[in-house]
Amino acid sequence: MRLQAPEHTVDFTFDGRRIKGVLGEPVAAALLANGIKLVARSFKYHRPRGVMSAGSEEQNALVTLGRGAQAEPNVRATTLEVAAGLEVWSQNAWPSLRYDVMAVNDFVAPFLAAGFYYKTFMWPRSFWEKLYEPVIRRAAGLGALSGENNAETYEKAFAFCDVLVIGAGPAGLMAALTAARAGADVILADEDTAMGGRLLREHEQIDSRPAREWVAEVLAELDAMPNVRLMTRTTVTGAYDQGTYGALERVAGPRMPDKPVACFWRIVAKRAILCAGALERPIAFPNNDRPGIMIASAVRSYVNRWGVVPGKAVAVFGNNDDVYRTARDLVVAGVKVVAVIDSRDGEAVVTGNRDDVTLGGDYPVYMGAQVIGTKGRHALQSITIRHKGGTRTIKADCLAVSGGWNPTVHLTCHMNGRPTWNEEIASFVPTPDSVPGLVTAGACNGTFSTAGCLSEAAEVAAQVAGGLGLKPKVTVPAADDAAYSVTPLWAVPGKGRKWIDFQNDVHVKDIKLAAQENFRSVEHMKRYTTQGMAPDQGKSSNVVALAVLADATGRGIPETGTTTFRPPYVPVPIAAMGAGGQGKGFAPQRFTTSHQASVARGAPMIEAGLWYRPSYFPQRGETDWRASCDREVGYVRNAVGVCDVSTLGKIDIQGPDASALLDFVYTNKFSTLKVGRVRYGLMLREDGHVMDDGTTARLGETHFVMTTTTAAASQMMRHLAFVLQVLRPDLDATVISATEQWAQFAVAGPQARTLLNTVLDQEIDDKSWPFMACGAVRVGGVAGRLFRISFSGEHAYEIAVPARYGESLFRILVAQAEVLGGGPYGMEALNVLRIEKGFITHAEMHGRTTAYDLGMERMVSAQKDCIGKTAAARPGLLGAERQQLVGLRAKGSDHALTTGAHLFERAAAETRENSQGYVTSVCFSPTFGTYLALGFLENGRARHGEVIKLRDHLRGISEEVTVCDPVFFDPTGGRARG
Amino acid sequence: MRITCPNCGERDRREFYYQGDAVALSRPAPDAGLEAWDDYLHNRENPAGDTRDLWFHEAGCGAWVVVTRNTATHAVLDTALAERSPR
Repeated sequence: MRLQAPEHTVDFTFDGRRIKGVLGEPVAAALLANGIKLVARSFKYHRPRGVMSAGSEEQNALVTLGRGAQAEPNVRATTLEVAAGLEVWSQNAWPSLRYDVMAVNDFVAPFLAAGFYYKTFMWPRSFWEKLYEPVIRRAAGLGALSGENNAETYEKAFAFCDVLVIGAGPAGLMAALTAARAGADVILADEDTAMGGRLLREHEQIDSRPAREWVAEVLAELDAMPNVRLMTRTTVTGAYDQGTYGALERVAGPRMPDKPVACFWRIVAKRAILCAGALERPIAFPNNDRPGIMIASAVRSYVNRWGVVPGKAVAVFGNNDDVYRTARDLVVAGVKVVAVIDSRDGEAVVTGNRDDVTLGGDYPVYMGAQVIGTKGRHALQSITIRHKGGTRTIKADCLAVSGGWNPTVHLTCHMNGRPTWNEEIASFVPTPDSVPGLVTAGACNGTFSTAGCLSEAAEVAAQVAGGLGLKPKVTVPAADDAAYSVTPLWAVPGKGRKWIDFQNDVHVKDIKLAAQENFRSVEHMKRYTTQGMAPDQGKSSNVVALAVLADATGRGIPETGTTTFRPPYVPVPIAAMGAGGQGKGFAPQRFTTSHQASVARGAPMIEAGLWYRPSYFPQRGETDWRASCDREVGYVRNAVGVCDVSTLGKIDIQGPDASALLDFVYTNKFSTLKVGRVRYGLMLREDGHVMDDGTTARLGETHFVMTTTTAAASQMMRHLAFVLQVLRPDLDATVISATEQWAQFAVAGPQARTLLNTVLDQEIDDKSWPFMACGAVRVGGVAGRLFRISFSGEHAYEIAVPARYGESLFRILVAQAEVLGGGPYGMEALNVLRIEKGFITHAEMHGRTTAYDLGMERMVSAQKDCIGKTAAARPGLLGAERQQLVGLRAKGSDHALTTGAHLFERAAAETRENSQGYVTSVCFSPTFGTYLALGFLENGRARHGEVIKLRDHLRGISEEVTVCDPVFFDPTGGRARG
Repeated sequence: MRITCPNCGERDRREFYYQGDAVALSRPAPDAGLEAWDDYLHNRENPAGDTRDLWFHEAGCGAWVVVTRNTATHAVLDTALAERSPR
C-alpha cells in the first residue's frame, strides 16, 4: 500500500507476475506496496519469509535477478533498484513460493537441529560422498548460478585521495564537508542510491528545518567543489594495508548494456573516516520470522522515504525509546498502530509533538511486556503478548521490532582489530587505532543522536585535516539531540523456535545446544550452528547470538567475545574483483612478426608462454601432424628449413664489466670469448641446479647479446638485475631486454648458406663465417645480425633484423627455401631435430637437475666462482646414485614411447620403489625410423647399451628400450661445422 | 598494500615481485663451508615482527628494493635500494 499514488510507475515481474513500481525504489518497497509479503523460502527449513530490513543487511528477501547465463542469485531485494522490465525470481522453493515441497523440512525440524548431519550421517562411511552430501546439498541452499558464461561486463578501477569518508549519513556528510572545506581531496562513498543516510528515512530537524533540506544543501556544496568526489551505490567492502580500501560500485541497473554491472574500486586514502552508521537488531521471540515481522527502522524507511506502508494494522515491539519514534511516524502517516509493546518497566515515553500532530494516547502502550507468539502461515495475522495483566492476542499484519542498535564496526576489525563492549548501548563499539589511518564518528562509534553525530564528525574531520597540514574550521548546525536508552532483551523465554540467524535458519535452541555440547567458544559455536556464515555474515544476528551463548555458558558478553569480522562487508562478485582478467585479459597474446604468414599457411598456433608459435605447416594430402612434421624434419636434414625463433629472450648487455658479469652468471667462461664469436652457456641457480641455457654472442669488447629460452626470458632479466644490484653492485654493466626489438629466424640445413647468399647484400663463406661466428650483416640494405649457431645439428644460422622488417624477411626466406627444396618448419619439427641431437630444453632443465646430471659438469669452470658453483659440489649432487641424462631408443617404428613414463630394470617389478628414472622428451625420428627419447636414469652414463623397461602406468604402455648416448645423430658434430 | 620505491615513490604492491628474505644480500664466500651455505640457501627466520625482504620493482624502474616491514601489523617501516644497502 502506498501513502500516495505515484505519478509514474514502471513494470517489472516477480515470479512472472507483473508488478508496478517506482523507478529506482528498492524492489522490496514495490513488493510491499503491492501487498506481497511472502518473498522467499529459508535456507534449511524452507520457512515462508518476507522483507525484514531496508538495506544491504537483509537476511530474508534474497532473490535471483534475470534468467539464463546472466542470472544473478542471492540479490537483496532491499537494495535492488526497480527498473522497467526487471525480471525477479524467488529462490529455494519448488514448485512455487507458496507451495514448496521442501517445506516438509519444517515439520521434521526436531530431527534437524544444529549439527544433526554430523551425528546422523556417519555410517556407512562411503555413503557420505555418494549419497548424503549430494542430497543435503540439494535440499539446503539459496540461489544457484547458471553455470554458463556470463557475457556482462564488470570493471575495476583505482582512486586516490587525502580523506575517504565511508558512509554519507549525518556524520559522513559533516565529516566530508569539514575536510573538503579545509582543502582536502575527499572521496565520499555511500552504498545507498542517495546520500543522507537515516536523515532520508527519519523526521529530523537540522538548523530548525527538515533535515532533508540540510542534506540537499550540503550535497550541492560538495558537488560543486573540485576536490570532492561523491560516490553513491558504492559500498566500501574492506580495509587493507597502507590505507587501501576495497569498494564495490553498482554502476548499471539491469538492461543498461552499455555500462558495466559493477566496478570494484581500490581506493588509496591518506586517512579515512568511518561513518558507517548502525544496524538495528531483531529480538528472538517465538516464531519471529513470519512475513510481516520487520525491523522497526526499516518500517520507518519504507513509510518515510518511499511512502510505502508495510501493513494496515501495525504493532511495535522493542526494548528502547525508538519504539515511540516508530509509532509516531506511523501515526503521522495515517497508519493504524494497534499496540506498542515496550519490554522495559516504567512509564511510557511521551515523544511530544511533531509539526501539528499531537501524539500519545492514540494507541495502547504495554510496559514490561513481550511478544510470546505469532500466527499466520504466509503472512502475519496476529501476535500474542504477555503483559502485567496476563496474555493477550492482537490482530496485526505487521510487527515492527527493535532490539537496539549495533554500530557498524566491521571495517575497524578487518586488520585484526577487536571491538570493545559498551554496556550503555549494550553493543560493541570500535577500538581506536584498529586500522592505521582510520578514525570513526557517529553511530558506528556508538553516538546515536543527530546532534552528537554532527559535532563528533566535525571534530574528527578537523583533526584529520589538521593532521594533513590543513587549517579546518568547525561549524556545526543545531540538531535533534534525543537520548537513546536501551535495556537489553535478547531472547524472550517460552516455547517455540526463536530465530536469530534468519538467513541460515539458526534459532536460540541451536546455540544452547552448541553450548551444551561444549562448543563454548564463539568461533566453535559459529561453525557448529552455521550462525553468521550466510551471505549476510551475521550482520544482524551476531550480537544476539553471542548474548544467548554468553547466557548459556554463564559468562558475560565481553568475555564471550565476537567472531572475526572479515572483508568483504557485502558480497562482491568475483567478476568485479577479477574484472579484465578473463580470457585474453588473463593471458595476453604475444605474436611474432611472422604470425600472419604462418596462420595464412594454415599452421596451428600453439602457446609458448604468452607467445604463439606455429606447430607445423600442413600441406595438401597430409592427413595428420606427423606427416607434416616428418617432411619438415627432412627439409632441415636434407635441404634447408626456416623457423621463427624471435620468441627466445634477447638481453643486451653492455659495459666495462659485461664479461665479468657473464663469468659470474654462467658456469663457463665468457671473458675469453673473442669478439665476433658465440658461445653456449649454462646457468645455475644458487642452489646448484640448472636454471637456464642459451648462447651469448660477443658483438664488441664491452657488448654482448644473451639469448634465453622463451619461457625464462623475464626470469633471466630479473636474475641479471638481481646479480648487478644485490650480489655484485661492484660490476659496471647494464642489461636491457631486446626480445621484441629483433625478429630472428633460424635458417638450417645443408643449403642454409646457399639460401642466405641469395638475401645478404654481401655473400658469406666458411672462412668469413665459421661455426659459432657472429657479426653485423646487411639484408636488402637493412642492418642486421648473423649468428652461425645450430639447434638442429645441421649447418645453420640465425639471422636477426629490426622487428619491423621481420615479416618481409620471413616471406623472402621461406620463398627462397622452397626454391631449394625446403620450406618453413614448426615447433614439432624443431623438437624432433633437437631430440635427435640430444639438446636439452626445460623438459630436462626442470629445476631438479644439475650440470652433472646433464653430463655438463665439465662446463663448470674451475678457474672462477659462479652462481651455484659451491652448492653444486654438495654431497649427494655428484655420483652414480644420480639419475643422469641418457638417450633411449625404441625397438622399431611401431613402438611408441611416452613422456612421464618410468624406467625399470628389465626384470624388476614395475613398482614405485624400483623406479630408476623417467622419460622427459620423446619423438618419432623420421631420420632413424623409430621413436627416440631423452630421460634420466640412475647411473645412466655407465649403462649405455643396456636394455631396460619403460612403463607408463597412466597410458598403459610398456616397452623395452635400449639406453644410449643422448646424442643420437651425428655425435661428432661434423655437419654443423661443415 | 603499498610500498615506497626509493626511485618511484609510493606504489601498489602489484608492481613488485617478491623474492624473499634479504639474507640474499650476504652471499657467503665460496669456501665459507656447507653450514654457511645451507643457512644462506635454505634456513629462514619466520618472525612475528620486523623482517627485511627483497622486492623487485618489475613493473616500474627495475630496482631491487630492501623492504623492512612488520609481519604482524603489516606496517612498512623502511625501503631502500638493495644496491646501497648494508650487506
